[in-house]
Amino acid sequence: MKILVAVKRVVDYNVKVRVKSDKSGVETANIKFSMNPFDEIAVEEAVRLKEAGTATEIVAVSVGPQAATETLRTALAMGADRGILVQTEAEIQPLAVAKILKCLAEKEQPGLVLLGKQAIDDDSNQTGQMLAALLGRPQGTFASKLAVADGSVAVTREVDGGLETVALELPAVVTADLRLNEPRYASLPNIMKAKKKPIETVTPEALGVDVAPRLITLSVEEPAKRQAGIKVADVATLVEKLKSEAKVI
Amino acid sequence: MSDRESMAFDVVVVGAGPSGLSTAIRLKQLDPALSVCVIDKGSEVGAHILSGAVFEPRALEELFPDWRERGAPLTVPAGDDRFLLLSEKRARRLPTPPSLRNHGNYIISLAALCRWLAGQAEALGVEIFAGFAASDLLFDADGAVKGVATGDMGVGKDCVPGPNFTPGIELHARQTILAEGCRGSLSKVLSERYDLHAEADPQTYGLGIKELWEIDPALHQPGSITHTIGWPLDAGTYGGSFLYHLDQNQVSVGFVIGLDYRNPYLSPFEEFQRFKSHPAIAPVFAGARRIAYGARAVSEGGLQSLPRLTVPGAVLVGDAAGFLNVAKVKGSHAAMKSGMLAAESVAVLLKGEGREALGYPQVFKESWLWEELRAVRNIRPAFHRGLWLGLAYSAVESGALRGRVPWTLGNHADHPRLKEAPSSRRIDYPRPDGTLRFDRLSSVFISNTHHEENQPSHIKLADPQVPITVNHRRFDSPEQRYCPAGVYEVVGEEPQIRLQINAANCLHCKTCDIKDPTQNITWTVPEGGGGPNYPNM
Amino acid sequence: MSVLVLAEHEAGALKPATLNTVAAAVRLGGDVHLLVAGAGVAAVAQVAAQVVGVAKVLVAESEALAHPLAEPLAALIVALAPAYGHILAPATTTGKNVLPRVAALLDVAQVSEIVAVVAPDTFIRPIYAGNALATVRSIDAIKVITVRATGFEPAVASGGAASIEAIAVPGLPGLSRFVEAQLSKSERPELTSARIVISGGRGMQSGDNFHLLESIADKLGAAVGASRAAVDAGFVPNDFQVGQTGKIVAPDLYIAVGISGAIQHLAGMKDSKVIVAINKDEEAPIFQVADYGLVADLFKALPELRQGLS
Repeated sequence: MKILVAVKRVVDYNVKVRVKSDKSGVETANIKFSMNPFDEIAVEEAVRLKEAGTATEIVAVSVGPQAATETLRTALAMGADRGILVQTEAEIQPLAVAKILKCLAEKEQPGLVLLGKQAIDDDSNQTGQMLAALLGRPQGTFASKLAVADGSVAVTREVDGGLETVALELPAVVTADLRLNEPRYASLPNIMKAKKKPIETVTPEALGVDVAPRLITLSVEEPAKRQAGIKVADVATLVEKLKSEAKVI
Repeated sequence: MSDRESMAFDVVVVGAGPSGLSTAIRLKQLDPALSVCVIDKGSEVGAHILSGAVFEPRALEELFPDWRERGAPLTVPAGDDRFLLLSEKRARRLPTPPSLRNHGNYIISLAALCRWLAGQAEALGVEIFAGFAASDLLFDADGAVKGVATGDMGVGKDCVPGPNFTPGIELHARQTILAEGCRGSLSKVLSERYDLHAEADPQTYGLGIKELWEIDPALHQPGSITHTIGWPLDAGTYGGSFLYHLDQNQVSVGFVIGLDYRNPYLSPFEEFQRFKSHPAIAPVFAGARRIAYGARAVSEGGLQSLPRLTVPGAVLVGDAAGFLNVAKVKGSHAAMKSGMLAAESVAVLLKGEGREALGYPQVFKESWLWEELRAVRNIRPAFHRGLWLGLAYSAVESGALRGRVPWTLGNHADHPRLKEAPSSRRIDYPRPDGTLRFDRLSSVFISNTHHEENQPSHIKLADPQVPITVNHRRFDSPEQRYCPAGVYEVVGEEPQIRLQINAANCLHCKTCDIKDPTQNITWTVPEGGGGPNYPNM
Repeated sequence: MSVLVLAEHEAGALKPATLNTVAAAVRLGGDVHLLVAGAGVAAVAQVAAQVVGVAKVLVAESEALAHPLAEPLAALIVALAPAYGHILAPATTTGKNVLPRVAALLDVAQVSEIVAVVAPDTFIRPIYAGNALATVRSIDAIKVITVRATGFEPAVASGGAASIEAIAVPGLPGLSRFVEAQLSKSERPELTSARIVISGGRGMQSGDNFHLLESIADKLGAAVGASRAAVDAGFVPNDFQVGQTGKIVAPDLYIAVGISGAIQHLAGMKDSKVIVAINKDEEAPIFQVADYGLVADLFKALPELRQGLS
């Protein structure tokens, strides 16, 4: 079985983002980018499936600027076999990514597509679900456990209030949640080897995908700072306020 | 771990700063067949780079005469230059000392320059691996350096390998270039093992703390340079500020304090914070927004503190050796030049069987860098007797005499200089106001520093009692004040008082390793990729 | 055009987030229709009809919908979609699972986790884990939206009188199958999804003292967290830490006990709806963000609080 895994280049999770003064977005100049952490978990899961003999080949895909090649290299260093960069400088929204991935999935015919549940930049949490819809295939989102057997995959999902397990017919689309696994470190020798693995570059135009944004960002602002509230005299007043004023207990 | 994998290169460079990258580039320029590997503990090249910075392009001109065509990020020429002596309320303009004249220089982000250098190096075939910390030096049976080992990853707080444990690997090299910057942890090991300072003065250091601000466009003057001395420091403490206008409405402001300061109550961080509220300085920050923060120690000893630069199998370059020109408040050009000089000797050495690049100290002595450092060698030590004598001395020597005097003033080590707390004056610093002056933790927050939480502390204490029995009892725990990242906190109440080390806050500035009065603190590298993630510092 | 809201329900009751989503729907103008899909949902349809602001309840009764699986549910909503200008669902794990599938099948974008309605086509949504707020306009004919519950006061649950209409359920895809659910027992909820979090800092003085927090947590059905200082001091394990990477909490109520309020911690909990701080140092930064501050010795205040909640 072949696995297609999608990885996104995002502002590194350790970077405190800063809204631009002109409110056009967040500052991305000079800051560190890295692979979306949930995508890293997806790659790790793919590699584990390959190590377990369930998967035979892992193809990593990224949609974005030339610099997204680095993100693909990280996936290759973790154990993916080859990469596809869908190169574009344009703003690409989840629906467009899903359409691009659909094209690639039709070409590559993977048994399983793995993605992170959401990217930590736009926090959309859509691409995997959209891809499953466009392919007409089942989806297992927020996965914390996968078990592949006999043409289906059992996905344990992190849902509000606990866990839920669903069985999906393969091919299927699965999105990774935080507890699916703990991704490995890419070792130095593997990073060196990854430099020699192939990365193919295509464009959305060549794939015939319309990537025009459907959502127009009008402004991006910093959230209002919290204001200090009141001091209460004693515990009794506190409990009273929480019950009658804040109504949270 | 004895079962580490190993990889072999002709040259391994530890540190992707200006010196390490210049060494790597020069080596490949001289001999493209050499295999050269650079590793850096930062998560990416530039992540741990912090500098003012006014940059003198002399070494870059020599490395890449066509740097403009290659697109080096030198875009803001140095412009209007002011040198101010501050008192609490006033600022007096002094003639700019010759060493601080910056015509022909550029205001840059050194991190941006390093990223560019890394790109150039990779294009020449240098292998660069960021996120890998060199944790150990490796020696041959005969004591020669044979390479470095990278740190293990995925080790838990309890020192037990976790589920994603990845052992470090050994990088073997015919020559190892230590380009770790000031007070590098491996450079220190090497220096002790080979007694590299035997024939030199002790190194003396400064701590630089820097912020990047985005200011009101109406107040922004690209290229403008201000240096100050005087307030808020007393005349017995060496230090001063810098304030540079970069492009895109950004201002780089910082403060450097000599780590030979004597008062254990002095807090370099607080001195910097209150400096910004001086009436001659504060107006530039009206309506401005602070966007980054960081700190780094620098070597200030100059020529007389330069250690032996070579041992069998390894050389020291850049601020790991201490090539910074303190009179110019510049080290990057010197770091680059030292790396290039080392590369030239190493390239020759690698053609034969020799193990020690003895040509390097010789070509250094014949270079402009030696001339430059020799000319200013007495300026920093002249300030040992205070600001006024230091100023007077340096005005004479650097003016008419340009260092052509028959004597050389000595340097002392910094850690024994602290006076004990009872004989020291407490300093009452103003509270942070959240707009111009900040607290440590909100500052550390915007350094984007990050360490994997579950790992052993990378800050080691030789004796766990000393922080209380010596540092607390005698010096009132100065590490709480000199650390610009709030790593050290004394917690609890007598008699259960103890030192808490918040290693995850660390900015890798190395001040604790330098200033701890009994040298009880040893700074080692944390898991690779940990530490600050500076944007364009 | 009318607004379709996907109701979330369990054991004959609406899940609370549904009410917040109805409140958002009301802001869009047009009739609000609430879709109750499932097996044996007659009773919950009656409950849904009482929600103030709902004009009509659509009931889709089918064994294929017994569990809210994305594939059949999305197919059902897509079949209804042409009649609507907006399709909303709560930004719960169900809504977030189903609605993007609906959007893609309709070839429209989805607007995720809105916290405010600016205009019928313009919404505010958090990005970068709430560190920025984007105002976005959808240019699609049908707006598909998930709603973050904390952004909207819930609609009133009773007093309305919506009509109830059973709808025909089309043939639904059988690509997926529900296997089992393991819902968390009455043990304490998880830190990141708890409605109430009570956290301790270095002021707790030892790990043993965390039982003071646990006994209150059990009364409130709250999760127990800790500041980094408390974790660093070894009081509790790493996974208690609020403000660590990935450990952002935004409960309805956050109670910070003996926490001074280091910036990392504040960043990790500032999106909580109501913040209570108990600290003996009245200068502690935590009070700058607390809605209710109590300057007190926690070892006195916590037993009192436990009493007060009985």
